[in-house]
Amino acid sequence: MDELPHKLRDLLEELRSVDSDTRGEILIELADTFTSVPPEVATPPYPAESRVPGCESEVFAFATNRSDGSRDYHFAVQNPQGISAKAMAAIIQQTLNGEPLSTIQALPQDIAYEIFGRTLSMGKGQGLMSMIGMVKALAAK
Amino acid sequence: MTDISDRGYVNDEVLVSTEWVATHLHDPNVRIIESNEDQLLYKSGHIRNAVEVDWVRDLNDQVVRDYLNRAQFSELASRIGISRDTTVVFYGDKNNWWACYAFWVFQLFGHTNAKVMDGGRLKWEREGRELTRDIPAISTTDYSSPERNDIVDRVFRDGVLKHIEGRGQLVDVRSPEEYSGERLHMPDYPNEGALRGGHIPGARSVPWARAIHPEDGTFLSAEKLKQIYLVEQKLDPKQPTVAYCRIGERSSHTWFVLKYLLGFDDVKNYDGSWTEWGNLVGVPVEK
Repeated sequence: MDELPHKLRDLLEELRSVDSDTRGEILIELADTFTSVPPEVATPPYPAESRVPGCESEVFAFATNRSDGSRDYHFAVQNPQGISAKAMAAIIQQTLNGEPLSTIQALPQDIAYEIFGRTLSMGKGQGLMSMIGMVKALAAK
Repeated sequence: MTDISDRGYVNDEVLVSTEWVATHLHDPNVRIIESNEDQLLYKSGHIRNAVEVDWVRDLNDQVVRDYLNRAQFSELASRIGISRDTTVVFYGDKNNWWACYAFWVFQLFGHTNAKVMDGGRLKWEREGRELTRDIPAISTTDYSSPERNDIVDRVFRDGVLKHIEGRGQLVDVRSPEEYSGERLHMPDYPNEGALRGGHIPGARSVPWARAIHPEDGTFLSAEKLKQIYLVEQKLDPKQPTVAYCRIGERSSHTWFVLKYLLGFDDVKNYDGSWTEWGNLVGVPVEK
């Protein structure tokens, strides 16, 4: 936990302190703040290599460089019902953008279960973990 | 899309249209129930006055791998404010996959006054119909459920063994890769949950989603369904039939199609499905 970016750590602490209904409300509020990848970074049709594997919401991930060597991560969520994917994308953008690449690469993929709760279905869990995995891969490039 | 009543289903009263639901939002004799895989979807917006029934939290026992018992189901039904006479209408994501699963569990408790909204959430949304985040105020009831009946619509592993000994009909509704044994789970899902891959001997492969129009999630007409299940797969509606998948959720969808839309005489859902069969010692497996 200590090695997690502080914004992500704060969010996890908040999610742990609330019941499942409130957790859901927080995640939906986060999903509402999701903004899709800007057109100057990528436009549809998005390349296959940017697609997050194992994510049924058809999520595409991209990275842009900052001057300090860190990166910003951008997403496109093609499935209009992909509310969990949008929440995860928003969380990544708000807590991981600009963090050191080594910190991103050290993220545990199963953090998705810490965020969404242990009752996450296997299918959803796989897709959301893959979003973390894709960000780690983008940070490693 | 053809009207439901014009599609030639044997039992078309189990399906209602989005239009029908829109005109029954405030009907005290109707309870609309959303059931999804994505736990955030209902909270992010649902049909007005709809309640949520979650497949993990609400339909399954939280310790034993089994569904609710009589007392637990009575409590659930009371909490969502229904009586034995209430018409329950299920809808959800994944082309009503979870809605059919919830519908099936309700049938185990004899709540036969149940319907599925054709097209589910996908169609409702594509038609631009209202979704709200308002949680309906529900007056709880005192629902008294009969004991769960596992005889009519459900089958256990011993029943499946007897079924295949008698060369009974089976429908494997998983993906072709799971059926062949190439994968132990559907594409894009993790490869886990079973030690052996393949299918139950004699099972026909008919992935569940073949029964719907992918663009709006509505069910195919009876004619097209017959072409798949009766002509192509040579299933006999008069013969006992078992449907299975990985945990019994996708096969609920096919069970619904065979039992109600095509009027098969005896269809059972094997909810143990491949996560049980693929781990059992000594049972026959075909690849």
